[in-house]
Amino acid sequence: MSIMGPPSASGRFGEYGGRFVPESLIPACFELEAVFNEAWGDPEFVGEYRRILTEYGGRPTPVTELRRFSQKLGIRVFLKREDLAHTGSHKINNVIGQALLTRRMGKTRLIAETGAGQHGVATATAAALLGLECVVYMGEVDVARQALNVFRMKLLGASVISVVSGSRTLKDAINEAMREWVASVDSTHYCIGSVMGPHPYPYMVREFQRIVGDEALVQSKEILGGKVPDYVVACVGGGSNAAGTFAGFVDTTAKLVGVEPEGGAAINRGIPGVVHGMRSNLLQDDVGQVLEAHSISAGLDYPGVGPEHSYLASIGRATYVTANDDEVLNALQVLSKLEGIIPALEPAHAIAYVIREAGKEIPLGSTALVTMSGRGDKDAESVAQLLGDDV
Amino acid sequence: MSRESLGRLELALTDKKVSGRKLLVPYVCGGFGDWVETIYAIIEAGADAVEVGIPFSDPIMDGPTIQEAAQKALEAGATPSQILSEVRRANFSVPIAVMTYYNIIHHAGHERFAKELEQCGVAGAIIPDLQLDEATDWIRVSGENGIENVLLAAPSTPPERLKRLADNSRGFVYGVGRMGVTGERASLADSASEIARRLKECTEKPVLVGVGVSDAGQAALVSRVSDGVIVGSALVRRLLQGGGPQAAHDFVGELRRGLDDG
Ligand SMILES: Cc1ncc(COP(=O)(O)O)c(C=O)c1O
Repeated sequence: MSIMGPPSASGRFGEYGGRFVPESLIPACFELEAVFNEAWGDPEFVGEYRRILTEYGGRPTPVTELRRFSQKLGIRVFLKREDLAHTGSHKINNVIGQALLTRRMGKTRLIAETGAGQHGVATATAAALLGLECVVYMGEVDVARQALNVFRMKLLGASVISVVSGSRTLKDAINEAMREWVASVDSTHYCIGSVMGPHPYPYMVREFQRIVGDEALVQSKEILGGKVPDYVVACVGGGSNAAGTFAGFVDTTAKLVGVEPEGGAAINRGIPGVVHGMRSNLLQDDVGQVLEAHSISAGLDYPGVGPEHSYLASIGRATYVTANDDEVLNALQVLSKLEGIIPALEPAHAIAYVIREAGKEIPLGSTALVTMSGRGDKDAESVAQLLGDDV
Repeated sequence: MSRESLGRLELALTDKKVSGRKLLVPYVCGGFGDWVETIYAIIEAGADAVEVGIPFSDPIMDGPTIQEAAQKALEAGATPSQILSEVRRANFSVPIAVMTYYNIIHHAGHERFAKELEQCGVAGAIIPDLQLDEATDWIRVSGENGIENVLLAAPSTPPERLKRLADNSRGFVYGVGRMGVTGERASLADSASEIARRLKECTEKPVLVGVGVSDAGQAALVSRVSDGVIVGSALVRRLLQGGGPQAAHDFVGELRRGLDDG
């Protein structure tokens, strides 16, 4: 039995998870759970999911050894290249799965929240591919800092709704998408973009993302002559690229490290709470109001985290650390100059951790696999601004 | 259930119900504007119980009107304890049920929050994101402390679950009138009378319909089937527009007459 197996009947990983949503949504959660479980055991469904990710999504993505970067740090670093997947991030793995489920449930419309815009673009892409209607909710702040992705979604035929409530970022986009889902649940599937939300989402999204870790395990063993990397590192927003990556390695000897943004570190600075349908670590004030996260990376600007990460942290199977905005900007430039790979700001957190800890927490001579969850094009404009450059 | 085992909220509502009166439970957002004065005013205008909102940062069951009031209350520094202690001081003459989201309770701890409610004279709790399957411990702990936890039933709730839900609800059963979040609507959804009918078939407890009940006509219409209504956004909008306790009194008076005239 894997440490990352299915959750309990009530959707719990240890004491985390569950189903904290309005009664109106409960039947839809039950239906989704049943349809997902049946589909995930159906070779025809799994075959189609894999076929699309291969023919259309560009899988398997390669693992790249970073030779100059490794030489500089004194450890051997490999990247799992989700930046090379269609739409430029790991988000495609999840949305293809959920879009296929939407069709299987006889629903015709997808709604999604997005922070960085990557999940919105991926959802709009899957909707175009399968002929589904698509509406994406995005905080007003993110609409401004990820303008390119807003335009991509529109080109793909989706409508983008700018959310002006609360902090106007990812957390509020999720609130608004949930409210809309309550009103349209008969025809509409809510395509959640990370391992969060009410059961079965955290489990289902991890399963759709485990292709990242399953591939990477085989690939890194091939490169390392049958061994697994000493460290497996991924950034954590909601935690889907990390969960997918960890799922491949959790039953090996690899040390699992999730990297949170300093300003949105739910596991490092939060305590258990309930929001967006789940019980998990959450940044909150002294009476339980949810705090706003602050990160240069829109995709990690989230005060919560997927419940399975809270669980993995609680049993000590994975470690969660933080990286700050300055370290991240530096990491992004170092990787670009040394390897010709411009990372998105989100995975630049994972790179920043490796740079900071090589020769310290990570002993010299170690091997580390880092999930490059997405490419940096979407962030070029905001990074230029942060570096005081004009574009 | 025997009369002796009923809680304060259910007892008060049941007594009025058997006297032939349709029940009116308005919602007021705690910490927003003159909310205490507003509650006195609406009780005078004929409210049978009052739902007092304890604002939460992420109210996923609320539409723009109640969101706005909650946000203003939070910006003004409203906290759960401050709202509850004002409820205690005000000593209202009808039962009070608080409406909040589960993280506020989770953060305080079930036991501590239930005791605080009890000490402040609150009779019931309505928590829209704590559905039946997750509510077991809170129902027990709140019940032990004399707090009646009201469960919400939705148009999408299947029959067997509806029965279980009604059986586990205390105070009354909250029928959600439409698939959607709180907010005013031009007309009453068919689902409002339908959820009332389905609930009346499976429970003796008072059945109140809320979410999308916007004026006296709609309140009277759904109350032909339900035992009464909960009205939130339509009242809160008047307060957001600067109406104050007098406007609240006038509006709740209108609702009262609508219900009394049928
Ligand atoms: C490239 C990239 N990586 C990571 C994330 C964070 O999400 P998660 O933690 O679910 O992988 C995002 C979210 O938008 C993203 O775009």
